Amino acid sequence: MNSLKPMRFIGAIFFTAILGMVLAVGFAAPAFAQDAPDVGPTPPLVLKPMESHIGNITGHAAAAKSDYRRYCAGCHGDLGDANGENAVWLDPKPRDFTSATFKCRSTLTGTLPTDEDLYNTIQRGITNSNMPIWNTFTRQQRADLVAYIKIFSPRWDKEKAGDPIKVPAEPPVTIDSIAHGKLLFTKLECWKCHGPAGKGDGPSSGTLTDSKDNPIRPYNFALGKDDSRFKCGSTNQDIYKIFMTGVDGTPMPSFADVIQPNDAWDLVHFLRTLQINRHGKENEILSAAHGVIPPYVDKNPAPAAAPAPAPADNKSPGGGQ
Amino acid sequence: MRTKNILLTLLTLLVCSSLMFAGTISGKVTYTGTPAKQKPIDMGKEPSCAKQHATPVTNETVVTGPSNSLENVVVYVSSGASDDGQVPSQAVTYEQKGCQYLPHILPMHVNQELKIVNADQTSHNIHPLAKVNREWNKSQPPGTPPISEKYDKPEFISVKCNVHPWMHGYFAVLNTNHYDVSKGGGDFKLPNLPPGKYTITAWHEDYGTQTADITITGTETKEQNFTFKAKAY
Repeated sequence: MNSLKPMRFIGAIFFTAILGMVLAVGFAAPAFAQDAPDVGPTPPLVLKPMESHIGNITGHAAAAKSDYRRYCAGCHGDLGDANGENAVWLDPKPRDFTSATFKCRSTLTGTLPTDEDLYNTIQRGITNSNMPIWNTFTRQQRADLVAYIKIFSPRWDKEKAGDPIKVPAEPPVTIDSIAHGKLLFTKLECWKCHGPAGKGDGPSSGTLTDSKDNPIRPYNFALGKDDSRFKCGSTNQDIYKIFMTGVDGTPMPSFADVIQPNDAWDLVHFLRTLQINRHGKENEILSAAHGVIPPYVDKNPAPAAAPAPAPADNKSPGGGQ
Repeated sequence: MRTKNILLTLLTLLVCSSLMFAGTISGKVTYTGTPAKQKPIDMGKEPSCAKQHATPVTNETVVTGPSNSLENVVVYVSSGASDDGQVPSQAVTYEQKGCQYLPHILPMHVNQELKIVNADQTSHNIHPLAKVNREWNKSQPPGTPPISEKYDKPEFISVKCNVHPWMHGYFAVLNTNHYDVSKGGGDFKLPNLPPGKYTITAWHEDYGTQTADITITGTETKEQNFTFKAKAY
């Protein structure tokens, strides 16, 4: 009799345990039934009646709610704070809309981009990142999404977008404009990050971080062929805007205060020659000159074959490399 | 007539009293514990800057002086000051020299003009990583004119140059003109405080903030010291 008692005791424990498990699974079951996305926790987000204006299209934030949750929130987060569930796996990180700092702008550094700037970014995607080309959306859908991302930062309530910079008509490419562009590339020390041949391997390239302290690489001009893109476009006009307005949130500064408009075009022409595998007028003119960029003869002595620091520093040994 | 004169005298006295009976808060900032050793900076990649320093400079996250004094602590009136909104007309200047920021921490009033100067023979990019204010990033090659900017919200803004990763400083944008940055012996002084209750905040870039409540009753100097706990790493 006595020996049976422990058995009964153990049996009771088993019974209780199994009963507990059954109950637990039973109660927990509803928690698994979260297939529909709208059952999840509602973010404490006010859907402000933001608008966007692209040409004759008016975008409305409210209309983009489901598109944002379906296509954008996975990376950019329900709250637009770049904390979507995929964000940890991404490099570079998705844009944080709560800071309203945007890479691709036609406006000066520190200002809000225009609606067209944001619309164009959605349309073209961002090369070398996980932001795809959203060409499956209608124009209206894209305009609505532009309006939607404005709900995440109070800056859009108070500030207007910056004025787009003026881009003068592009002068013809000549070997002189390329030579002058090369001088500017040296003088303005673009090579410190982008490297003497534009391969993204300059002396500072290994230490660069974005505004959130994540490592970031400078653009490698030598990669890519005829279809090569930059983060913010692929035309000569786009290159002009990229270095004049800067890529906000990254180490790439604005040069709008330090480069004259026509000089800027010369720099564009030289940058195109760094894309050695691209077929374009710049490389054609360079080939016609037997691939040699002559020294630019205007105000400064000939730039050395290997880029040196600013002319005033020519005396210092080592040349900063 | 007589009463009028007396009234006028009293009024003048009242107006002047705020200037005459101005108190001062002063003190020392010190640390306890062992601060992290500051690393020497290798400016080898920028010879024009390296040659400006006879001995290699160290980074300036924690700068200490004799008898445990702590430098580069911003001490300011965080509430109770009567000069909110009085923007000084003269600009403050932030200089890039020898690939360092001078001063390391630049205090300024909200909306005060800020001038940024490049005294070096190399290009710098000035990249203040503002979170509350607008974030911008500008290139400043040698010989170009000063950059003029201002910030419209109070914030401690970390400033860096992406080309020279060792360059690091701060803008302390404050809602008051009553501020000081602790120097050599950790000393600071906040003069010209009219009678009233004040909250004083001491801010250090690595060790955080401390506050103290102080009442000024007349012409007096009140002592207020701050002690920060050093981080060993």
